[in-house]
Amino acid sequence: MRGRQQFSIRLLQYLDPQGKLDLPLPEWTSNTILLLAIYENMVLARLLDQKAIALQRTGQMGTYPSILGQEAISVCIGLAMAKHDVLVPYYRDTPAQIIRGISLAEIFMYWGGDERGGNLNTASRDLPTCVPIATQLTQAAGVAVALKIKGEDSVVVTTCGDGATSKGDFMEALNLAGVWDLPIVFVINNNRWAISVPLEQQTRAATLAQKAIAAGIEGIQVDGNDPIAVYDAIHQAIERARKDKQPTLIEALSYRLSDHTTADDASRYRDADELKAHWQEEPILRFQQFLHQQGLWNAGQEKALQQQCLQVVDTAVDEYLSVDAEPATAIIDYLHAFLPYTLEPQRVGLQGKEASALRGD
Amino acid sequence: MTSNLSANDTPKVDPLKPADSSTATREGMTKCVLVEAINLALHHEMARDPTVVILGEDVATNGGVFRATLDLKQAFGSERVLDTPLAEGLIAGLSVGMATQGLKPVAEIQFMGFMFAALEQIICHAARMRNRTRGRLTCPLVVRMPFGGGIHAPEHHSESTEALLAHIPGLRVVIPSSATRAYGLLLAAIRDPDPVIFLEPKRIYRAQTQHICDDGQALPLDTCFTLREGEDITLVSWGALISECTQVVDQLSAQGIAVELIDVATVSPIDMNTILQSVAKTGRCVIAHEAPKTGGIGGEIAAQLAEYALLDLEAPVLRVGGYDTVMPYAKKEALYLPSAADIKAAIERVLAFG
Repeated sequence: MRGRQQFSIRLLQYLDPQGKLDLPLPEWTSNTILLLAIYENMVLARLLDQKAIALQRTGQMGTYPSILGQEAISVCIGLAMAKHDVLVPYYRDTPAQIIRGISLAEIFMYWGGDERGGNLNTASRDLPTCVPIATQLTQAAGVAVALKIKGEDSVVVTTCGDGATSKGDFMEALNLAGVWDLPIVFVINNNRWAISVPLEQQTRAATLAQKAIAAGIEGIQVDGNDPIAVYDAIHQAIERARKDKQPTLIEALSYRLSDHTTADDASRYRDADELKAHWQEEPILRFQQFLHQQGLWNAGQEKALQQQCLQVVDTAVDEYLSVDAEPATAIIDYLHAFLPYTLEPQRVGLQGKEASALRGD
Repeated sequence: MTSNLSANDTPKVDPLKPADSSTATREGMTKCVLVEAINLALHHEMARDPTVVILGEDVATNGGVFRATLDLKQAFGSERVLDTPLAEGLIAGLSVGMATQGLKPVAEIQFMGFMFAALEQIICHAARMRNRTRGRLTCPLVVRMPFGGGIHAPEHHSESTEALLAHIPGLRVVIPSSATRAYGLLLAAIRDPDPVIFLEPKRIYRAQTQHICDDGQALPLDTCFTLREGEDITLVSWGALISECTQVVDQLSAQGIAVELIDVATVSPIDMNTILQSVAKTGRCVIAHEAPKTGGIGGEIAAQLAEYALLDLEAPVLRVGGYDTVMPYAKKEALYLPSAADIKAAIERVLAFG
């Protein structure tokens, strides 16, 4: 008989908002290269984010969803995964995608309205950025089934926002991961806002992590702005998935410091004081303070890093802005492996339309 | 009438009854009804291609509620034949994920009436994965769904909504109308490198027995099948209604009228060349489908005839379809379904024109 279950949800946090230690550091933090990689990638992610918004504001890129304030989660996902693992991302995962080999220019291309930005040649098995909410979660479960059937020791990491936890797909994926012992890690970026709807209007549940209990899988909360806690939780969950073929749900508590996207104005629905308070908890300054305290970082390194990241971003912008246009027929040519003959006349028509536009007819 | 397939005469077989296990072989041929042909194709392809995986509700231990997946679990194991939790969106999402990683999922949605939760995955992801990754990832999956009326099933079990799917770029929508075409087309669907929706006309699941050679020979997709040749008029249809069409062709043949009968088979993309060539010969056309008449695939075919064959036409193109209403419950479904008489009347009207 399955009896009633008492439960509590653990919140993992090592660093307080001032970067001070709450708990003794986990063993892996002796790897200072990793600690610095976390920091450097967060800084790069923020500069990329600022540049993306600037490109949109100046009409050089389309609508873009900022990841401001959530950098720690995605960076730690990217660094904790093995190359052969599979990332099934939502649309605020650019830092993880970059760490996994996608170029910054491809990120700009995707949000700039060019399908080649979803090609992501360098991350050959990762799924592309997913815009429909929560649909990536059942796909991630499917990827995990495939890895299991093929006998690989790879695992899947998939992400979503807090709003996605209200969708059936979320529960369906979690439930299946439990029933089928799937090697998968679900990470909720709980940034407390789904466009204009705050978390309190998504659920009465005290935590999102406890939704794992209903699926019979492991669930944990982490301070999503504490990179040590995030990396620790994700690393452990990946190891569980790899070694024990057991899924984990991680609720990473963070805050969306930006608008939902560049098409949104959060001041319409969000209190300025609330936003201000959350700036005190953001991950980058917190981690910088921690590194300073550990004697791992100084002002000179900070200056050099900023310059280096700016250069990387600027180079990517140049690449993005100078990329050759795809031929018009590309909008048809990638639909099927083999073009049905029924589409031939439309393809020819498209070529004519393109030629006409080039001639300025 | 010799067939048991008219709309007013529900098939005598119980579609929920397991298949007759005495499938006698004759000269290397297997005696099959349509649903058994599907089962045969699945067995063949799973044996041939280790990446083929079956998933859906009740497909493994139970062999499917119509027994389409009978004995696959016994033959290929529970790792490749998966009973999923009861969630159509999940089934489709899993299939997308599996397909992107080199497997060939053949998913079953138990009835087309329950596909709607799966549509987000099929439309927003399966149909466009190749395009949106510029060919890096592909989605070679098959979603099988029994569809159509005529078996006195409960509400939501009898609709024909193929036009909804046919409207989505990137999807192939395939509908067999006989056991042999079910076998050959399903093999082709599984081997296709892109997503295929395979709609099974459950009214004729057990209507007619054919001898099938289980040789793994696929039939072409995107191709109409000309079932009867004739010079007087072209009759275009697909799925279960091909049975009524065949009766009508026979009846009219006895009266000296030669009807060319075309089974569209792949309703998206439609092989219009075959239809246009036929109409160039006959000058007259009737399109018959079970789905509601307005906005159906018949309208698309008629529009293309107007676009490309206007000067060949000697009479208006007529459509015979279901009524533009909610599929009635069992007691009135025969009223809803186009009958042989409806099709015959439409043909006679077109022939009388001019």
